[in-house]
Amino acid sequence: MIAGISIYEILTVTTILFFIGVYGFITRKNLISILMSVELILNASVINFVVINKYLYPDMLQGVFFSIFIIAVAAAETALAISIIINLYRQIASVEVKDTEIMKY
Amino acid sequence: MEKIIFYILALVIIVFAIASVSSKKMLRSVIYLLFVLIGISGIYFLIDYNFLAAIQLTVYAGGVIVLLIFSVMLVHHIEMELELAKVSKRILVGLASLIGLGVFLTTIYSHEFIVVENYTTTTTEDIGFGLLSYEAGGFILPFEVISILLLASMIGAIVIAKGTKLTNKKNDTV
Repeated sequence: MIAGISIYEILTVTTILFFIGVYGFITRKNLISILMSVELILNASVINFVVINKYLYPDMLQGVFFSIFIIAVAAAETALAISIIINLYRQIASVEVKDTEIMKY
Repeated sequence: MEKIIFYILALVIIVFAIASVSSKKMLRSVIYLLFVLIGISGIYFLIDYNFLAAIQLTVYAGGVIVLLIFSVMLVHHIEMELELAKVSKRILVGLASLIGLGVFLTTIYSHEFIVVENYTTTTTEDIGFGLLSYEAGGFILPFEVISILLLASMIGAIVIAKGTKLTNKKNDTV
């Protein structure tokens, strides 16, 4: 744990980060920007896992392992999403959400 | 001392996160995201979890950001500006996010956490033994599954990103 910092302050920071991500996810109209907002949300949840493990159950390691798995899944998701976006850009020459129609069905 | 560093990191994270979701220029928004990720790795260093901080720096700041910058360069002109959502929609979503933030914060602050005073360091050795142990509470199965997932996503990314050419070739032969 961090000396002099209570768990409430860290959870406040991560909650704010999470809702900034939600705000960006809804208001952005570009596929890459939406992907970046998802990264913000995932990072907020990873900090929560680590902090709750470190403050409440210091002799366990479960939250620590879960944070590693979340990062691995997030990296895989980003690589796949970007390859899909690039493929889509080749076909319709745009990455705006409103032009993305050929992925239906 | 740790207090001051934590507040500076928190300020950096929140300010650059807001800048990242509200900036009009695409490439700048990616760079602001880079600052957010580096700030988060600073929090991991503060909390004495050096292994995850190193992973955060290499995977996110080194890998994901480079991927994002490459895709932005492939897709946009650098100077191109994003079109923003309507003002009314932005205000509405901002209000909804603030309400959600309020609900979360009241829940957090009304809950009594039983904090254990400790200053243990999570060493890489502990993590290695935990990840590879197949006794109760070990994580060997998810560890192997995640390696398969990474391999599958790597192959999938290559196939999808080359997509049209591969399918064209197949069509020609048939």
